[in-house]
Amino acid sequence: MSSVAVPAPKRRHIHWSRVVVYGVMILFLMFFLLPVYLLLITSFKSFDQVSLSRMWELPTGFSLESFDRAWNGGEGVIGMRGSFWNSVQLVVPATVISCILGSLNGYVLSKWRFPGSETLFTLILFGMFIPYQSVLVPLVEVLREIRLYATIPGLILVHVVYGIPITTLIFRNYYATVPNELVEAGKIDGADFFHIYRHVMLPLSAPGFVVVAIWQFTSIWNEFLFGLIITNDPQLRPVTVALQNLSGSQFTQWNVQMAGALMVALPPLLVYIFLGKYFLRGLLAGSLKG
Amino acid sequence: MRQAKTLSAHPARRVRWMNRDRAIALLMIAPSALAIAVFVYGFIGWTAYISMTDWRGLTISTSFVGFENYLTIFNTGRFQTNIRNLIVFTVFFLAACLIIGLLLAVLIDSRVRFEGFFRSVYIFPMALSFIVTGVVWQWLFAPGNWPNDPTGINLLFKQSGLDFLQAAWTTDTSVVPGWRIEGLRTRIGIPMAMIPVVVAAVWQMSGFVMAMYLAGLRGIPEEIKEAARVDGATEWQVFRTITLPMLQPITLSAVIILGHISLKIFDLIVTMTGGAPGNNTEVPGLYMYEITFKANKFAEGAAVAMVMLVVVALLVVPYLIYNRRTEVER
Repeated sequence: MSSVAVPAPKRRHIHWSRVVVYGVMILFLMFFLLPVYLLLITSFKSFDQVSLSRMWELPTGFSLESFDRAWNGGEGVIGMRGSFWNSVQLVVPATVISCILGSLNGYVLSKWRFPGSETLFTLILFGMFIPYQSVLVPLVEVLREIRLYATIPGLILVHVVYGIPITTLIFRNYYATVPNELVEAGKIDGADFFHIYRHVMLPLSAPGFVVVAIWQFTSIWNEFLFGLIITNDPQLRPVTVALQNLSGSQFTQWNVQMAGALMVALPPLLVYIFLGKYFLRGLLAGSLKG
Repeated sequence: MRQAKTLSAHPARRVRWMNRDRAIALLMIAPSALAIAVFVYGFIGWTAYISMTDWRGLTISTSFVGFENYLTIFNTGRFQTNIRNLIVFTVFFLAACLIIGLLLAVLIDSRVRFEGFFRSVYIFPMALSFIVTGVVWQWLFAPGNWPNDPTGINLLFKQSGLDFLQAAWTTDTSVVPGWRIEGLRTRIGIPMAMIPVVVAAVWQMSGFVMAMYLAGLRGIPEEIKEAARVDGATEWQVFRTITLPMLQPITLSAVIILGHISLKIFDLIVTMTGGAPGNNTEVPGLYMYEITFKANKFAEGAAVAMVMLVVVALLVVPYLIYNRRTEVER
C-alpha cells in the first residue's frame, strides 16, 4: 500500500501479466484442493450432521464418529482395521526385499556388465509396462500350486517380482553415477564382488534406497488389482480392496467412505509430505532417463 | 587368492580372476532374471496359449481353437464399446495432462512466489491410490436429482449461480454424436459418462507431467534464451522455437508413461463407475476382469488380455529399443 511511488508504466504491464499467472495458478490450486476440502469436511462430520443438501458446508463440530465407523465397522460397514494390518504386513517385507534385489541387480547391471547384460536389462524393463491382466490367470494357477494363493506371503512374492523392473531401473541409473574408477580401484586391490558392494557401493547407496523404498511403499500400498485377485479371502484384503468394498456397500454412507479414503491416503501422503524430494525422484526415474 | 595382488602383471590370470567375480555377478542377478522370465514372459506365453483354447467354466480345457476367441471378442458389441471408450479416455486424458502439465510448469518456472507450495499441491495426488481418487471423485460427480435437488459439484454449481454447468456426469447415457456404422456393434462418439473419469485421472496425473516438464525447463540453459532475446525474439517466439523443441524428449516420455497407464486403466473406473451406465465407461482392463473372474470365460478373457498387451507393447517396445540405442551411443 505504501509503495505507490514507483509504478512506472512498464512495471504496471508486468504486474498485469503477473495477475494472470497467479490467477491461473490459484484456479488450478482450487481444482486440486476441492476434493481435499470435501474429504476433510465430510469425514469430520457427525452422523446427524450429514445431509446431502449441506454437503459443502463446514461441520459445526468436530466429530470422529465417521473414523470410528470406518475403522471398527458397524451398521453394515466392515471396518478397515484388519485390512490396515494386512497392508502393513504386506508392504514392509515386500519393500525391504525389493530394495535388496533392486540394489544387487542395479549393481550388477551397472558395474559388472557382461555380454547381453543390456539386452537383459531391456527385457527386465519391459515387465514394468505389461498390463497385469496378461499374467493374472497363470499367476493364480501357480500360486495355488505352491500354496501361496490367498495368502499375504503370496501377495508379497507377487509385488516383489513385478517390482523388480522399476527397482532395478532406479538402482542401475543411480549406480551409473558412481565413478567406475572407484570400482576398478577396488578390483585392482583384489577386492571381490561383495567387498566392493559392501565397502564402495553401499555407503553411497542411502539416497537410492530411500527413493526405491518410498516408491515401493507407496505403489504397493496403493495397488489394487493384485490385492483384489490374490486375496480372495475378505480377512486378507489390503486397504485399497477394503476401501473399494466400503464404497460398494448397499447403503452409501458418504462420511464413512470419506473417512476411509482419508485413512488409506494418509500413509503415502505423510511420506510425500516429509520425503517429497525422494518421492519425486522416484516418479521421475519412472520416465527412464530421469 | 591373496597373491592376486600382482595380477596386473599377469593379464591371463587377471581374466580368470574376473571370471570368478563375473560368475558371482551372474549368480546374483539370476534369481531376478529367472523370476522375470517365468512371471512375465512365461505367464504371457501361457496366457497366449489359454487365449487359443476353448476354456470356459471352472475346469481347464486345452482343446485348441486358434484365433476363434479373438474373432468372438472383436465381434461383440461390448468389446467394441470398450475399445471406443479406451480411445476416448486415452485421447482426452493424454491431451489434458500434457496441456495442463506444460502450462503449470511454465507458470511455475516464471519465478512465482510460493513456488514450492504450488508445486507440492499440484503433485500430491500422485501419492494417492486410484481407489482413493475414485471414491472421492465418485461423490463429487454424483449428480443427485438435478437441477432441483442436486449433489456433488452440481450442488456447488447451483450454490454459485452456475446452474447451466449442471450435468448428469457419471449417469449420462449419451454418446456424442453417436454415429452408427455398418458392421460395427457400437456407436461411434464420445460417451459423456467418460468425462468425469477423465477429470479424475487428470487430477491425479497432470502434476506428474508438470514435474517432468519443470525438470526439463530447468535444464534449458538460460543463455540460449537470452541470446534469442538479444536478437529481438519475443517471449512467445523464444517459447515456440527454443523451449518447446527442447522439451520434445520429455513429451515423448510423458506420452509413453501416461499412455501405458491409460491403456491399462482399471482401478479408477472400477471405483468411479464400475463401467456403467450401460457399458459406457467400461474398458478392456475391466472387461477382462469381469469375463474371466466373474463369468469364468477364461479363454476369451485371455484374448482380451493379449490384445491389451499387444497395444501396450506397440507403444512401449519401440521406446525401450530407442532408449537402449541412445544409451549405447553415449
